[in-house]
Amino acid sequence: MAKKSTATKSKVKYSKETYTFWYESMLLMRRFEEKAGQLYGQQKIRGFCHLYIGQEACASGAITALTKDDKWITAYRDHAHPLGLGTDPGAIMAELFGKATGTTKGKGGSMHIFDKERNFMGGHGIVGAQVPMGLGIGFAEKYKGTKNLCICHMGDGAVRQGAVHEAFNLAMLYKTPVIFVIENNGYAMGTSVKRSSNVEELYTIGEAYDMPAFAVDGMNVEDIHEAVAEAAERARKGDGPTLLEFRTYRYKGHSMSDPQKYRTREEVEEYKGRDPLEQVKKTILDNDILTQDELTEIDKKVKKQVEDAVKFAEESPWPDGQDAFKDVYLQEDYPFVME
Amino acid sequence: MRVIQFREAIREAMNEEMRRDENVFLMGEEVAEYNGAYKVSQGMLDEFGPNRVYDTPIAELGFAGLGVGAGMNGLRPIIEFMTFNFSLVAIDQIINSSAKMLAMSGGQYSVPIVFRGPTGSAGQLGATHSSNFENWFANTPGLKVVVPSTPYDAKGLLKASIRDNDPVIFMESEMMYNDKGEVPEGEYLLPIGVADIKRKGKDVTIISFGKAMKIALEAAEELAKDGIEAEVIDLRTVRPIDYATCLESVKKTNRCVVVEEANPLAAISSELTYHIQRNAFDYLDAPVIRVNSMDIPLSFSAPYIEATLPNVKRTLEAVKQVMYKK
Repeated sequence: MAKKSTATKSKVKYSKETYTFWYESMLLMRRFEEKAGQLYGQQKIRGFCHLYIGQEACASGAITALTKDDKWITAYRDHAHPLGLGTDPGAIMAELFGKATGTTKGKGGSMHIFDKERNFMGGHGIVGAQVPMGLGIGFAEKYKGTKNLCICHMGDGAVRQGAVHEAFNLAMLYKTPVIFVIENNGYAMGTSVKRSSNVEELYTIGEAYDMPAFAVDGMNVEDIHEAVAEAAERARKGDGPTLLEFRTYRYKGHSMSDPQKYRTREEVEEYKGRDPLEQVKKTILDNDILTQDELTEIDKKVKKQVEDAVKFAEESPWPDGQDAFKDVYLQEDYPFVME
Repeated sequence: MRVIQFREAIREAMNEEMRRDENVFLMGEEVAEYNGAYKVSQGMLDEFGPNRVYDTPIAELGFAGLGVGAGMNGLRPIIEFMTFNFSLVAIDQIINSSAKMLAMSGGQYSVPIVFRGPTGSAGQLGATHSSNFENWFANTPGLKVVVPSTPYDAKGLLKASIRDNDPVIFMESEMMYNDKGEVPEGEYLLPIGVADIKRKGKDVTIISFGKAMKIALEAAEELAKDGIEAEVIDLRTVRPIDYATCLESVKKTNRCVVVEEANPLAAISSELTYHIQRNAFDYLDAPVIRVNSMDIPLSFSAPYIEATLPNVKRTLEAVKQVMYKK
């Protein structure tokens, strides 16, 4: 790693609750996504579906470092962040099905999950577009005089979008409380970082704007928590944004239709050897934070949560097509052109 | 009544709304220290300070997106484009983000934002600085598009736009900022989506909006000399469009000409023509004729401009054609 967060490492640094949350939330993300992949194969889920398997620590480790009043925004690989934030898995699964009980009543779909109650401000489908928006969300917190911040996730592909660079500059100019996170899983769809960016150490792009910028082991949830906590402290002090590059990996393809000819089986297996979920499980067992029996209980609980989510989605009603006219405008009597 | 400039009417609307609601802020290129590229925001930095009036770098996509995020998170941004010709680099945030946010989030996040600035041609500025985008934005569900033609309308409609909970595109013209008109001292708002009959008449309906209204009214003045009484309708808003006012007029005059600065294909004039034939077919004594810019980019030199933009002469010819007069 080219540059590390400054805090020192020891074996057990966080509370039992934190480790339990990491294990349970990452397991829920994984099992949920595995199930979503299966259901996609059965054509219960249609359209686009981008799975988070392998990247779980990027969401889970950030969640424990922030408060419930902080705001979240990410790209279209967006099922896991709200799962970690406590959104009902049934509502997310129903959204993937397109049911009326989904997070956005079936209007957003897989790429556009929103949960206002938990400050999850989307799921955005245009690569990089969420970055200026995330800047604006943080801008509003500073404008209102709160101590809250916005954490804005993006993929490595987004880093080559102009919008991102404009946002980085503006965030530094206005000293905006934002944490920009690159979830660098190595591939923008099928194009590796090497083939699409002259600068492969992506975090160094932040340095061009004098933005504090760090690379972090994206497979290690403790490292992620630590880096986000430091960035949050900086933002809350009024020192502005931080850029964090989480070096992670997705085990599945970019989306469901990806044959993954751009990488080797060996590469995938290598990353699986550093699996974030296995790592945290090992720390928990090695340090007697939880017993194997307690972990098994969590496994059972998560399995049931996912089963319940699928059942909820299956049994939920389809939306009324005419409801597509709702939520286009807040103005209730907006005169749509009807023919 | 008091007479003020178009730019002053816009400034008054912003000042009044910023005094009324501290969540309203202004952001754009040269709006603060320079006092506005066209002096629209003159004095606003002095009154409201740098935490309400923000200069930006030349990064329309970035600051438009900032505005969308701020709008999602409880503020009411006014984002100024020095001209809407520069909004093209920000159009992803306007269309994909601001216009679709409420629907895409199932009603959870609205974006109460105003994107404002001049649209269209403004003298010999060359093709990149001379396009009209009213019909582009009007094509997008989720947006409202306001294009006023007088200081009075501009002030009342901008105040309504700032208070509106949906995203609004508010389009002005560099060539109207010096225009003067009557604007009352007291507060007033005008409803978005309601056309205004700027001149009453019985012989022919001329529909227009924004800067092209000058052409429509001047043509009507000329026609009056020949004893032709044109009714001139100012749409004021091109999304939504007040079809009812247009149809009522056409049912009375039986003839219609639409004057619009945009290029012709898929223009507001095409849209109006469809609605008039669909809903007033039996009332028409002649096909609807439109006067748009020619189907080419606007070139630099004066003769090219003369040959491209709509003007009074072409409008008079169109009116005579729908009236079957030589």
